[in-house]
Amino acid sequence: MDAAIYRRRKMTNRIGLTLSMGAMALGLAVLLWILVVLFKNGFAAIDWAMFTQSTPAPGSEGGGLANAIVGSLMMVVSTALVSTPIGIFAGVYLAEYGDQSKTASLTRFVTDIMLSAPSIVLGLFVYAIYVAQVKHFSGWAGSIALSLIAIPVVVRTTENMLRLVPGSLREAAFALGAPRWKVATFVTLRAARAGVMTGLLLALARISGETAPLLFTALNNQFFSTNMNAPMANLPVVIFQFAMSPYDNWVRLAWGGALLITLTVLVLNIVARVFFREKSAH
Amino acid sequence: MNTSNVLNPTGMKNAIEIRNLEFFYGTFKGLKGINLDIAEHKVTAFIGPSGCGKSTLLRTLNRMYSLYPGQRAEGQINLYGENILDPKQDLNLLRARVGMVFQKPTPFPMSIYDNIAFGVKLYENLSRSEMDDRVEWALSKAAIWNEVKDKLGQSGLSLSGGQQQRLCIARTVAVKPKVILLDEPTSALDPISTAKVEELVNELKNDYTVAIVTHNMQQAARVSDFTAYMYLGELIEFGQTEQIFMKPNRQETEDYITGRFG
Repeated sequence: MDAAIYRRRKMTNRIGLTLSMGAMALGLAVLLWILVVLFKNGFAAIDWAMFTQSTPAPGSEGGGLANAIVGSLMMVVSTALVSTPIGIFAGVYLAEYGDQSKTASLTRFVTDIMLSAPSIVLGLFVYAIYVAQVKHFSGWAGSIALSLIAIPVVVRTTENMLRLVPGSLREAAFALGAPRWKVATFVTLRAARAGVMTGLLLALARISGETAPLLFTALNNQFFSTNMNAPMANLPVVIFQFAMSPYDNWVRLAWGGALLITLTVLVLNIVARVFFREKSAH
Repeated sequence: MNTSNVLNPTGMKNAIEIRNLEFFYGTFKGLKGINLDIAEHKVTAFIGPSGCGKSTLLRTLNRMYSLYPGQRAEGQINLYGENILDPKQDLNLLRARVGMVFQKPTPFPMSIYDNIAFGVKLYENLSRSEMDDRVEWALSKAAIWNEVKDKLGQSGLSLSGGQQQRLCIARTVAVKPKVILLDEPTSALDPISTAKVEELVNELKNDYTVAIVTHNMQQAARVSDFTAYMYLGELIEFGQTEQIFMKPNRQETEDYITGRFG
């Protein structure tokens, strides 16, 4: 046995371990710092009025985020309604039908580009093709922009989750004489449903904090409105505008909104994880 | 078709007749000039070392390979006189007539009841009570009814491995196929479950024609009426199981069976 080699290996191990522990500590510290600041300012801002009153006019006292909360919810829900079927159908096509075909590889390529496209570009795109044509901002335009972000995420996770389903399960269903669509819907999609649901929740978490695509589409609305065809208040844009304002109550509301979004995303992530773990642990 | 007059060594009726079958994985030839008859209501076993083509041969009989581009077969496989390699062959109908059970248990992610009903519903319109009867019948055939009759609503995934495999056999039986293909059905099971499945194979041949691929030569000897020994994509020897195991005609077969090779 060569003691020198052994010592050097232990040394390398110690250095590697120290470096990775350091990196982890740095990352965790920054995350904690963000959360501490956010919680401190955010919880101080949360009161009942925040959920019942709409955003205040410049210079006026008090106010809340009711219009922004409802606007955000409406846009996120309508986005989910649009992107869930499109994303899942496209994902099923890619995993179960397309496989090596040209259409499938093209779809995959485009989806990958969309996944990494800066969200502000997608916002601008919707502005150019929709908002500029109908000549007004609207909640629908916001939903379209958010859908463009959510759909590729859903497509990709659906495809990946379906690919994790063992081929033997697929073959077993085909071996009974089942046509392809039945195999896809009743067997593989069902086997992958926990993963697909997780993908959906993560896509929702992603879009609920998006600001850039809403700036040119839903814009903002100082008043309470449930009209999806008119400019619509939403949390990210309100935070963006209020955080940089000179009014104390606006800044306070921005912190409150930021905390709300963070908590929503946190809850969505936790639900997604628990869901995935429970359903996939058979 | 004149080939349907070809009889196997004992003069029984054939369910399947394979003629000059060649199989290709892309450019690689997986099966070379296979000629073989599978007798009706008998168990035919395929043995041979890994990669000899026995699973490949089994997967041509329900055209499972057609799921994968790049795999193709040439020659003829006549199922009761009808060439299933014909491009016009409807694959779903074929697979309803030629069922298959796989190496690993593959229960669907649904209840035990629905696992059975899934295949039946594809080709038959049964009332609720008729379906109940069919499910009970199939589960009884697979000798698992007593173990699951009180939990038909539970997920098929909640069963043990051996039970899952019998569930898969029940699922295959439920659609009332002509032929049942078993691809190493016990290689993932414990000895007790294996014994149960083997017993089952013996029962099944009263109503079905069975073709089984196995790595276990004792199993082939125990359950089959005919045995085919394959090596490197060729059919080396085929005959009654007793003859293959007691006095094989070919030296290669004897070497494999006696464990001198493989």
